[in-house]
Amino acid sequence: MLDIAPWKRILILLVTLIGIGLAVPNLFYGRVEAHNDAISAAEKAGFATPEQKAAEAGWPGFLPSTLINLGLDLRGGAHLLGEVHVQEVYKSRMNSLWPELRRVLSEARDQVGAVRRVPSPEGTLAVEIGNPDQMARAVELARTLAVPVASISGAGQTDLAITAEGNRLIVTLSEAERVATDDRTMQQSLEIIRRRVDEVGTREPTIVRQGKDRILIQVPGIGSAAELKSLIGTTAKLTFHPVVGRGTDPNARPGIGNILVPSLDEKGVFYTLEETAVVTGEDLTDARPSFDQNGQPAVEFRFGPSGAKRFGAFTAANVGQPFAIVLDNQVISAPVIREAIPTGSGQISGSMNIDQSTQLAVLLRAGALPAQMTFLEERTIGPELGQDSIDAGRLAAIIGTVGVIAYIVASYGLFGVFASIAVSVNVILILGIMSLMGATLTLPGIAGIVLTVGTAVDANVIIYERIREELRKGRRVGPSISTGFQEAMSAIIDANITTFIAALVMFFLGSGPVKGFAVTLTIGLVTSVFTAIFLTRLMIAVWYERTRPKQLIL
Amino acid sequence: MAFRLKLVPDDTRINFFRWQWLTFGISAAAMIASIIITLTMGLNFGIDFKGGTTIRTETTTPVDVGTYRQALDGLGLGDVAITEVFDASFGANKHVTQIRIGPQTNAQAVTPEELTEVEAALKKVDPNVTFAAVESVGPKVSGELIKTAFYSVGAATIGILLYIWLRFEWQFAIGGVFALVHDVVLTVGIFSLFQLKFDLTTIAALLTILGYSINDTVVVFDRLRENLMKFKSMPLIDVMNLTVNETLSRTIMTAVTTAIALTAMLVFGGDVIRGFVFAMLWGVFVGCYSTIYVAKNIVLWLGVKRDWSKKVRTDAATEAEGHGTPFSDMP
Repeated sequence: MLDIAPWKRILILLVTLIGIGLAVPNLFYGRVEAHNDAISAAEKAGFATPEQKAAEAGWPGFLPSTLINLGLDLRGGAHLLGEVHVQEVYKSRMNSLWPELRRVLSEARDQVGAVRRVPSPEGTLAVEIGNPDQMARAVELARTLAVPVASISGAGQTDLAITAEGNRLIVTLSEAERVATDDRTMQQSLEIIRRRVDEVGTREPTIVRQGKDRILIQVPGIGSAAELKSLIGTTAKLTFHPVVGRGTDPNARPGIGNILVPSLDEKGVFYTLEETAVVTGEDLTDARPSFDQNGQPAVEFRFGPSGAKRFGAFTAANVGQPFAIVLDNQVISAPVIREAIPTGSGQISGSMNIDQSTQLAVLLRAGALPAQMTFLEERTIGPELGQDSIDAGRLAAIIGTVGVIAYIVASYGLFGVFASIAVSVNVILILGIMSLMGATLTLPGIAGIVLTVGTAVDANVIIYERIREELRKGRRVGPSISTGFQEAMSAIIDANITTFIAALVMFFLGSGPVKGFAVTLTIGLVTSVFTAIFLTRLMIAVWYERTRPKQLIL
Repeated sequence: MAFRLKLVPDDTRINFFRWQWLTFGISAAAMIASIIITLTMGLNFGIDFKGGTTIRTETTTPVDVGTYRQALDGLGLGDVAITEVFDASFGANKHVTQIRIGPQTNAQAVTPEELTEVEAALKKVDPNVTFAAVESVGPKVSGELIKTAFYSVGAATIGILLYIWLRFEWQFAIGGVFALVHDVVLTVGIFSLFQLKFDLTTIAALLTILGYSINDTVVVFDRLRENLMKFKSMPLIDVMNLTVNETLSRTIMTAVTTAIALTAMLVFGGDVIRGFVFAMLWGVFVGCYSTIYVAKNIVLWLGVKRDWSKKVRTDAATEAEGHGTPFSDMP
């Protein structure tokens, strides 16, 4: 057991050295971080400013520069858990389907009779037809609007589920399409949130989907969750609608296919609009802050080709009529169309200041969230608290490590020194592996490292106690050490696997602090087995070869 | 002769099972007491599990909790709890309070308006106040968090049960898991008794206690299995006593090192994670106790099949699998 092949020795040392090398940049956290930031900023911009060059030179490029990701509880920042109302999309899909369905059915008017939309639950489209006996024909016509679902699970299905009930034709999204739609909605929301968060240029935000309809957003360095929320939570859904009427009664019945929308700057005024929008914000290609002809802040926007075409056709057909610009369910303005606007560009003006117009332009440019979000969980951690926690954690880790080392050295003498080196290397390896993986270190994670320091000694203790027993039986030093290692192995492996099971469960089921803790605990288990079994043995082997002791006091 | 610190003498012959009924009785009584305490006093659930908002304020001037409460009274927030936090690591001009606002009726965590109102009201009575951390959890999520927390503790227990069962005998698995349940129940009991904040980090601590406690149990079981093969005709109770004595030094050694590390964290780690570290420290002690007095008592009562003609063969097979081949050839 004590003769270790040279290449194995080299391998053990190499792993240790690589681990230490990976951990080193964390000692110079500020400098390395500035170096990394400067490089990525320069890459993005295509050139480097003198400050960026200086920051880049602050850390030599040939050294490893991966860092441990500090969690929000250590760095400060905001955490949001949002739920996307994916069902909202069903509703808008049905609303946009209605004009098409009306067109298809009214072309066959002589067969199916008059067509009329009737009230129905959200996400379904109910249509009454004049000749119920021709329902089969109506269903057949409606089916022509359905397209196959393009997803693996939904293969062979179409996107619409069409049923008949008496004289009513009921259209909903099919099950497969709902799944596919939800998925698209989530991806789109993620993308839009990512773009909006990127606009403010913070470092390494975490934006991930959680479960079916949730999104977790963590942004380090941002002032508060409220700030983050106002940045991403604003739906900024821009639509242009034909105006049906204008009034002051908030309870007026707008009629089927119409909606009642309050005005933003005229209190108590409500517009009745056609629910189906002519153009939506999704057709926008550009939006930027500007000023209107009166010198008031405004937002100038431009549509893409298809949006421009629709906008042009609509304005050409409705000269003299008002149209409403609706932002997040409020009419911003309802100008009268003076002439056709074929270029697809326009202006939103209303009562806003320069900040607001800038903000609105950002939101429009980033696109609208496809559905509304509710925030289920929000946390803000101030940067000072984070720094306090790091300081406290560091102090505790140092004192804990010193205490443990003092105790094992007092108990096992030279072998205790070996164990202490192994434990210290263990901590360094944990930090190195975490840097390499870009894992996030949280406050409970620090506690996990401290606990690992405590239990990492366990493997050494099991081995040493075995060696003691062998020595007590009067065996010679070499064989005692060999047997000690051999006999301890089963207990070490069993003990670590059981802890590993607990850590794995924490990682997969846990969230937040539990997960952070599980990460360091898991890495710590692996590294502690390495240091206790390989590194300690290497040290003892080298010591044994050199001194060839006749006697060992342990 | 070199100095060696030895908390446990080389050759101990303590009869751990002399008081087996008494110790087991104490364990059982402590468990029942814990359950009763938890049921009657309840747990001081943090916002993770209950929903609501916590605000951590920091200010340079001494805090009068009464003024804060008055400032917030008019806002109609319902259940508001304000506690001042004291910690050795704070400087003389650092005063911290923890404000907890019960869940409001909406599904959202908290409305930004409410939060702004609270912050403005506090600023009014103390212009120096800063908000070091603000956390809100909506009632919808908190319910789910409780559920996953329960699942995770349950899943970890089942995973460990299966592993011990595969690796040892079913009696060991039952003994080990019973010890785990004992530790978890006692820890929950302590949290209820002292009304310590019970949140997600506490669950992390509980899972760690599971890991630590079973770690300890498995090391002793491992030796027990070995001794059962070595001393084939010795009564089970004697083999167990021998095993505990043999491993006692290691048990104490590991418990002490872990306790040193955790105590450092408890004293110097700051108030933010104190509850979490406390739970783990307590778990180390309970885990140590339960290994000796709960897990093995149960194995003793269940008995281990000692039909040696068959037993030796199966055990040898397990041994060969366990620490024979795969590991002894490594460097």
